[in-house]
Amino acid sequence: MTTGGTDLVLELREVTRVHGGGANAVHALRGVSIQVWAGELVAIMGPSGSGKSTLLTLAGGLDEPSEGAVLVEGRDLGTLSRSELAAVRRRQVGYVFQDFNLIPALTAAENVALPRELDGMSARRARREAVRALAEVDLHDLADRFPEDMSGGQQQRVAIARALIGDRRLVLADEPTGALDSTTGEAVLRLLRARCDAGAGGVLVTHEARHAAWADRVIFLRDGVIVDETGPPARVESLLGLGAEQ
Amino acid sequence: MSIRNGLLALLEDGAMYGYQLRAEFEARTGATWPLNIGQVYTTLGRLERDGLVVPVESGDDDDGHRRYALTPAGRAEVTGWFHTPVARGAPPRDELAIKLALALTVPGVDVHDVVRTQRTSTVRTLQDYTRLKVRADESGDLAWLLVLDSLVFQAEAEIRWLDHCESRLARFADRPSPARTVARQPAAAEQTSVRR
Repeated sequence: MTTGGTDLVLELREVTRVHGGGANAVHALRGVSIQVWAGELVAIMGPSGSGKSTLLTLAGGLDEPSEGAVLVEGRDLGTLSRSELAAVRRRQVGYVFQDFNLIPALTAAENVALPRELDGMSARRARREAVRALAEVDLHDLADRFPEDMSGGQQQRVAIARALIGDRRLVLADEPTGALDSTTGEAVLRLLRARCDAGAGGVLVTHEARHAAWADRVIFLRDGVIVDETGPPARVESLLGLGAEQ
Repeated sequence: MSIRNGLLALLEDGAMYGYQLRAEFEARTGATWPLNIGQVYTTLGRLERDGLVVPVESGDDDDGHRRYALTPAGRAEVTGWFHTPVARGAPPRDELAIKLALALTVPGVDVHDVVRTQRTSTVRTLQDYTRLKVRADESGDLAWLLVLDSLVFQAEAEIRWLDHCESRLARFADRPSPARTVARQPAAAEQTSVRR
């Protein structure tokens, strides 16, 4: 770890991302700094065009910043070779998308095991890990089911199990409840929250406040700049004073 | 909200003392709307006057408190309440809407800043409600969960409205606003209209 603390899962340092150049340059992000610690769920809220999806692709090593640095568990992604970067994406970062992105021809367990197998693990061991990961999201009964035979909520749980299989401690979720009804969406957020409580660091990108409210911190993005942030969570006195406060 | 209907509904479970009614009311709504015991007894008095409840004979406790039960008319009132939609009459005075409306015209006030500050604060409140929901869910308290859901959706609506205000402000900033220009700088506004 180069950042001192062992629990800093993701760090963006003064990250700027410019698309295009000259007069047509679009600043998707301007000097954004964010830290995400293990055990923490951070929500990024903003309207479309505010830079939140750009932020997520940078955090996952799918794109490079024009300026600044992105560090995943202390490693500056900008200093890594192509294959090292691919390994970080495979072993350290998990993604959850709005449309689940499961492979239709594979069962739930096979979908979850896939990143491990790609990483060279034996099929049998990968399956064992996958079944365990599915149990953690309450889907142990559905390991051999295909995505088309599962509800949207169940598919998203599979995607979360896949995102966190192995030692991966960073989950990046892009509007993960966008395709779900309100109670199913809430169950997915509850699960994401529980996975973070169990030690993962999570970044949740959303334009819905009700979803962002599951996070420990909510960061507001406008035109590529952080304009505000809710403070540290769990102000017990405010919870207890609910009736009087409102 | 009518405490009257709430108390009547609670009496469907059987006769109760005023202090029991108060405790039940608060327990079932998560103490979101605290009642004082005076309100409870005043309301019970009116309900008795209107023939909707009756004191239970020989129902006094050691301190002389009386137990109340529903009358058939009271029971009909409860049924009617549950089957009638809550009327949303004249909108209640909304401090935030008034504040934003005034922030637009009072000189020296940055309306964007008002919107931003409010949104962060309301999201924080929403985070608090969400944490309470987790606890309520763990303890299986369905009634309290429903009340919290209601608070969550109200807070969410406010945040959506604030987002909407922000984009409307941005859109308005891009076009000349004769009415406001006139109010602030008559001379400049006249020049603009002459030019047209």
